[in-house]
Amino acid sequence: MSYFEFLSQYGDRIISGTLVTIVLTVLAALLAMAIALAAGLMRMAPNALVRGVAVVYIEIFRGTSLLVQLYWIFFVLPLFGISLEKFTAGFVAVGMNLGAYGAELVRGAILSVPKGQWEASLALNMSPAKRMVRVILPQALLIMLPSWGNLLIELLKGTALVALIAVADLMFQVKQINGTTFLSAETFGTALVIYYIIARFMITPFMRWLERVMQRKLGRA
Amino acid sequence: MLDWRWDFTFDILPRLLVATGNTLMAAGFGYAIAVVLGLVFALAQRTPSRVLTVLVREIVEFIRSTPLVLQIFFVFYVGPQFGLRLSPWTAGMIAIGLHYAAYLSEVYRGGLDSVPKGQWEAATSLNLSTARTYFRVIIPQAMPPSLAGMGNYLVGILKDTPMLSVIGVAELMHTANAIGSETYRFLEPYTLVGIIFLALSLPTAAAIRIFESWLRKKLGMI
Repeated sequence: MSYFEFLSQYGDRIISGTLVTIVLTVLAALLAMAIALAAGLMRMAPNALVRGVAVVYIEIFRGTSLLVQLYWIFFVLPLFGISLEKFTAGFVAVGMNLGAYGAELVRGAILSVPKGQWEASLALNMSPAKRMVRVILPQALLIMLPSWGNLLIELLKGTALVALIAVADLMFQVKQINGTTFLSAETFGTALVIYYIIARFMITPFMRWLERVMQRKLGRA
Repeated sequence: MLDWRWDFTFDILPRLLVATGNTLMAAGFGYAIAVVLGLVFALAQRTPSRVLTVLVREIVEFIRSTPLVLQIFFVFYVGPQFGLRLSPWTAGMIAIGLHYAAYLSEVYRGGLDSVPKGQWEAATSLNLSTARTYFRVIIPQAMPPSLAGMGNYLVGILKDTPMLSVIGVAELMHTANAIGSETYRFLEPYTLVGIIFLALSLPTAAAIRIFESWLRKKLGMI
């Protein structure tokens, strides 16, 4: 079978898998950002208990494998009475895992905002919340954007694991096609190229663009 | 509701501990391949040949931006299509070694770039050959700044070994899956796997941090 015949026969399934992968990536990314911001800020809270919760969360999710977390959320959580549908379990696991890594980025970025900015907002009598939202976070965001670009690529790669709990993403589709056709080079090769295209020609340019927009907003361009 | 069974836990623990040995072995072998191959990737990008540099650069980028689990499948299944059968262990080690070699080459690149230009000039004026310059002068100085990054990827490779279970390497995750499907109990095996990973990776990460600060002090970088 030529590669063209292969594509015309299985192209639909590969495209539908790709769309599922993209949707998973977007949902997991939104969840990861929310968790990263929350856990990152909690990690720096004055209250030791709040700080402790964030540290435990970050260490557990960074200290074990994504695959272990995914299986745990999918197979063990139902025993606690929390049953997640496989698609939900998939992006929740990926989002929670990458959120723990993101939390450290958030913390690092906030700490690297120059001290003068904190002092200036104190001198202007801003409330802590206002200082964070209006002064510190926008600058921290710009500092951590390049690292988030890398993290989002890790996240995209992480979504491939949800195929193992039978979510019909790109990885799952090519595995199925390979199971019936045994055209391993074509199936897995195509999927590798598609993941590369998403990472290199969608995520990376998008993050560059976002960085430029942020720079303009902060008057740094 | 939740019923954790201790007798069952102690029944399966020995099997999981044996599998932990396999996990450590997989991580060790994979890392050994990655450390050497990563250096090859890094040095290949410093040759005068523009074509080679760009080619290796693209390969590294490609490996870094595609999922490891897919690469494992690719290496394992593409061989037989062309008459080359690889055992799960061999395929797994090649895939994970290549993947981390790509990451480590970036770490080395940073280290190599950080060696002052004067060292090169000194080596040239002493009439050292290129090979001798690299192995006796440049690489020894590029290693210390690379060690922190190398340590992080050691923990990373350990945490990525569960993916080898998909092609049947009998490491921790694979054993936990097997126990789960034999006994229909998932709570204990998966939780124990999580705990074992925490018990392995947290001390390793801590040890690397301590080593790093010791090294910085030793090299007078503080």
